[in-house]
Amino acid sequence: MDDSSTVPTHPDAADPSAPRSVLEAPDIARALTRIAHEIVERAKGADDVVLLGIPTRGVFLARRLAARLREITGHPVPVGSLDITMYRDDLRMRPARALARTEIPGDGIDGRLVILLDDVLFSGRTIRAALDALNDIGRPRAVQLAVLVDRGHRELPIRADYVGKNIPTSQRETVRVLLTEEDGRDGVLLGVRGQSPAADGR
Amino acid sequence: MKRHLISAADLTRDDAVLVLDTAEELARVADRPIKKLPTLRGRTVVNLFFEDSTRTRISFEAAAKRLSADVINFSAKGSSVSKGESLKDTALTLEAMGADAVVIRHHDSGAPHRLATSEWIGGAVVNAGDGTHEHPTQALLDAFAIRRRLVAGPSGGLGKDLSGRRVTIVGDILHSRVARSNIHLLTTLGAQVTVVAPPTLLPVGAGVWPCEVSYDLDAVLPTSDAVMMLRVQRERMNAAYFPTEREYARRYGLDGDRMARMPEHAIVMHPGPMNRGMEITAEVADSPRCTAVEQVSGGVSVRMAVLYLLLGGSEPAVSTTRTEENTLA
Repeated sequence: MDDSSTVPTHPDAADPSAPRSVLEAPDIARALTRIAHEIVERAKGADDVVLLGIPTRGVFLARRLAARLREITGHPVPVGSLDITMYRDDLRMRPARALARTEIPGDGIDGRLVILLDDVLFSGRTIRAALDALNDIGRPRAVQLAVLVDRGHRELPIRADYVGKNIPTSQRETVRVLLTEEDGRDGVLLGVRGQSPAADGR
Repeated sequence: MKRHLISAADLTRDDAVLVLDTAEELARVADRPIKKLPTLRGRTVVNLFFEDSTRTRISFEAAAKRLSADVINFSAKGSSVSKGESLKDTALTLEAMGADAVVIRHHDSGAPHRLATSEWIGGAVVNAGDGTHEHPTQALLDAFAIRRRLVAGPSGGLGKDLSGRRVTIVGDILHSRVARSNIHLLTTLGAQVTVVAPPTLLPVGAGVWPCEVSYDLDAVLPTSDAVMMLRVQRERMNAAYFPTEREYARRYGLDGDRMARMPEHAIVMHPGPMNRGMEITAEVADSPRCTAVEQVSGGVSVRMAVLYLLLGGSEPAVSTTRTEENTLA
């Protein structure tokens, strides 16, 4: 990847660092379908799989993946959400933030294969928080991780079991996942960290 | 930087909705096998109670413990306060012990404000009831109960306020900090508030409050979505505010006949503790329309939300800092 981040960014210039699209809607759809097949293969039928999405976009990914798993296996796959806000290790570095919904499927997670879903895997701190949160909810048989984008730069010994796309990035770059349910369209944008830290892919 | 919750009037609509939404999510933690979150690990919350209280103190204690904070309970009885220690010296002691938040109940109006603006302590101050001034967390949990019963749709009322709901507050408005906080908060959330009381139990300035004033309970009942019965505070009734308790109960008490005149969906609320047979009959108190128990259980969630939003981040998520400029009501 050519690292155009050496070009100084001018806030007033017309899009000096315009976000570049790295995944389009069909790419995302294909990646999810492939992940679904990998899950069925590795979990030998995905009978005891529970999908838990990490808000916000991980939840939508989990729902999409559940629909594909159902098509493949023929039986419904429990899907829920896991809010990790209260378990973050950077709570004291930012203002207290609003909570998202934690929705555990009716049968719980005890003895099941829990697959966590998130949009971008970056430092790994979100996943560490998710593992802590899971610990307070039950005792899964195993926990696996599926992400749409792995952008590298791990700060903890955490890796994904299923990856939609590996995108090597520099620390100055931002990865932004767009999903129809939240953003009106599907796509993954690669930009340069500018004035909007909100676009940080964690 | 100060971060406090002294008055319900300091909360904007968005702040109040954020507290209610956060409480709604935190309420779900109570259904889990492990009812604890690690969020305030290592923080110390002091419950500083100069006045008797059961449910408020226990509720704050449970809330802080569920967020993994360390809790120190301090009640004036049996402490050095009974030897004449001043609020300042008590506060300095707490500061020396490293309190991150002080939840204070005091018999004098303004004590929490003094504590928050004095520079005696660096932590957050949460008003748990001061004299006849305010009790903001009670108002928040009342709003929480109203939203759950009267607004909640499939989303549990998330993001919604109380627009268009009519709330009637009945009883000793003069001495009630619950009424003051509720009038401010419910109005901020878009509800229409009517206070009903004998003229002797209304403060002189009630006319400037953002609410209607009535002396006739029966006239207001048919148009109320929620009726909040306040406790007749016998300990404050040394002056003759009404001729007899029986006359008060007859004119301003809620019995089965009166409840039947309320709209079918309307709820009866009571901040507790109840005087059965005085402001509320046993028939009403035990009916499914009475939310008194829900108000208590929601109270823990609401107080967890307040503690989280004030202490959980690097700065509070609710903009309650204006208290510093506010003068006392």
